[in-house]
Amino acid sequence: MVATDTTMVQVTGVAKTFVMHLRGGAALPVLRGVSFEVHAGECVVLDGPSGVGKSCLLKMIFGNYRIDAGSILVREGQQWTDVARASPRDVLRLRQSVLGYVSQFLRTIPRVGALDVVTHSARDNGLEAATARARAADLLARLAIPERLWQLPPATFSGGEQQRINIARGFVATHPVLLLDEPTASLDQTNRAAVIEFIRHRKRAGTALIGIFHDEDVKRQVADRSIDISRFRA
Amino acid sequence: MSGGEGALLTAAGLTKLYGARIGCMDVSLELHAGEVLAVVGESGSGKSTLLALLATQLRPTRGRIRYRMRDGVVRDLFALAEAERRFLLRTDWGFVHQDARLGLRMGVSAGGNVGERLMAVGWRNYGRIRGEALDWLTRVEIDGERIDDLPTTFSGGMRQRLQIAKNMVTAPRLVFMDEPTGGLDVSVQARLLDLMRGLVADHALAVVIVTHDLAVARLLSHRLLVMRHGRVIETGLTDQVLDDPREPYTQLLVSADLRG
Amino acid sequence: MTGGISYNFAYLDEQSKRSIRRAILKAVAIPGYQVPFPSREMPMPYGWGTGGVQVTASILGPHDVLKVIDQGADDTTNAVSIRQFFARTAGVRTTTDTGAASIIQTRHRLPEAPLAEGQIVVYQVPIPEPLRFLEPRESETRQMHALEDYGLMHVKLYEDIARHGHIATAYAYPVMVEDRYLMDPSPTPKFDNPKMHMSPALQLFGAGREQRIYALPPYTRVVSLDFDDHPFARTRFEKPCALCGARDSYLDEVIIDDAGGRMFVCSDTDYCEGRRAQAAAAGGAP
Repeated sequence: MVATDTTMVQVTGVAKTFVMHLRGGAALPVLRGVSFEVHAGECVVLDGPSGVGKSCLLKMIFGNYRIDAGSILVREGQQWTDVARASPRDVLRLRQSVLGYVSQFLRTIPRVGALDVVTHSARDNGLEAATARARAADLLARLAIPERLWQLPPATFSGGEQQRINIARGFVATHPVLLLDEPTASLDQTNRAAVIEFIRHRKRAGTALIGIFHDEDVKRQVADRSIDISRFRA
Repeated sequence: MSGGEGALLTAAGLTKLYGARIGCMDVSLELHAGEVLAVVGESGSGKSTLLALLATQLRPTRGRIRYRMRDGVVRDLFALAEAERRFLLRTDWGFVHQDARLGLRMGVSAGGNVGERLMAVGWRNYGRIRGEALDWLTRVEIDGERIDDLPTTFSGGMRQRLQIAKNMVTAPRLVFMDEPTGGLDVSVQARLLDLMRGLVADHALAVVIVTHDLAVARLLSHRLLVMRHGRVIETGLTDQVLDDPREPYTQLLVSADLRG
Repeated sequence: MTGGISYNFAYLDEQSKRSIRRAILKAVAIPGYQVPFPSREMPMPYGWGTGGVQVTASILGPHDVLKVIDQGADDTTNAVSIRQFFARTAGVRTTTDTGAASIIQTRHRLPEAPLAEGQIVVYQVPIPEPLRFLEPRESETRQMHALEDYGLMHVKLYEDIARHGHIATAYAYPVMVEDRYLMDPSPTPKFDNPKMHMSPALQLFGAGREQRIYALPPYTRVVSLDFDDHPFARTRFEKPCALCGARDSYLDEVIIDDAGGRMFVCSDTDYCEGRRAQAAAAGGAP
């Protein structure tokens, strides 16, 4: 059910309920009937109070959380892949070439330096080594990560620095769909401005962005549309 | 993911019974080149039995395993002649043991250990064998100066890396690992895991890794198989199974993991 | 035999000989392959050549001429004992002359004189398995032979070169027989290995304690293991034999006094004597 040629993500009737077996099987319904679509070149913001399920929804689109009902169609080249029904290999392939994700928490891999972390992300996306490295270095510089930190593993960085590594990792590749979960949360004014610029740049390049932003100012500057997720509260 | 071709390894209905006792029951899985599959579970879950079956160290009571050979032909592993199987084990496959003493010849030098597979497949030039051994020692971050030293003089982490070099020298396409980080210090584990990630990425290795450590599974694997009492409880994308576990046992396992 | 005990011809009963001959036939049919055989109790302890003695006892006929050497010499205790043993239990003619013998039982050396068709060499073997010191499990070594899985042997040679700069194995140097079986030529010096290759004689190997027999039929290919860049090299001696002047025989070092004086003489006593006799007959001519 493709709406237009520019639709990149189509969410239809998606529902999610957590069953906590450790609490005697208590069911925690989160979302139901979530439907919306996102087009190339636009930034759609997921709105709503804390705990309503915005992060959860983003994770479902990324294939990190399971989907209990409905479908999430993602454009992959000339065809569509339903994340709800995709095999693990399909999801991994999507993540490599289509879906990018800037998470709230940086899962650090021991021993790999910050520059390498970002470079790997670019290489996974298909860039060849030298270009990947150059792009990674550029992003780190623009996010004001001092060069002396580039060889160090981010595990020892401050929260804000880690967040900037996360952002660099998400933006260094050229995924057609980019999911952003509170990308500016621990950042100061300057770095926030840098991220806003990245987002604008990607929009101009035709990327479809879906984001969660707490900062009203940032939201205003990047959002093309807002979707109130509390409409879909289960 | 490198795909396009069929699966590298396909297991169907693998079952191992010891009389009435279940080693593992009805396990089916598929593995493609460049994929890392982690098999997790507690002691007695059957994960080591499954690994032994997949690596044809044990014969299944029921079930089949098919493998795509280097020439592209898919063969039933238990229908292979013993000689063919051993050749496979020595060239196209690798096996990294938890205890390095099982995977190394402790009385043979590091260089001799790494060169053994090459000599087994007919390499007859000492200089070239030694050169290749030195190359791989360097790649697993073992100082080349240690090439003539015995593994008994190596630390635990070094022995594991030597095991890896020993296996990798014939460019295997499939590597089995049995708790490779068991008993190692955390920093040593980190180094080993990082090495493995690099090798998987650089050589499009397919890996089946048995571990009780969820952090290792999360770091290395694309997909996960959770086992309990010989059965597969849950399977899927690693981050999905660990972040959104569905089965009660999986939820228990994930919640019990100290590092989260 | 007068009075006392009378032995069956060559000591062993005919049934025992039969089963040993069967093993020998099988060994000859599969050159280099170790055939298990039921080793009998012999009137000498293990480690003193019981394997070789059983093989000889099984193939000996009343018209055979037997030579027995130990480290090349006919006159050491062991050689003398075994020779007398067969003289007593079989009544066969014995000799020290290599050329005149139809059966030559030997411990750890091959005679220098080239052998002829119709001659049989019987080697005494302590450990028949060439891989034993690398792989202690019999179950494993049998698999390795069955599957031609011999990489480990080259590992041993590799280790030699890594440790000593050259292949240090000086005796019991492993060989490949007919490109198929890896064989231990018994603890003869590697100097003798080339003589085993394409020999006109039948070569039989007996290990009594380990209960194995193996064989090299006449004109069998026997190739010593090596590396392309470290080829098998025969031992070269700096000096000729002090007694007969031979330059092409294996020399023993003999200490002649308390001051550390030494001389090098042929290990093969018959060969040395023969050469000296020839030189004397020629009246000392050059």
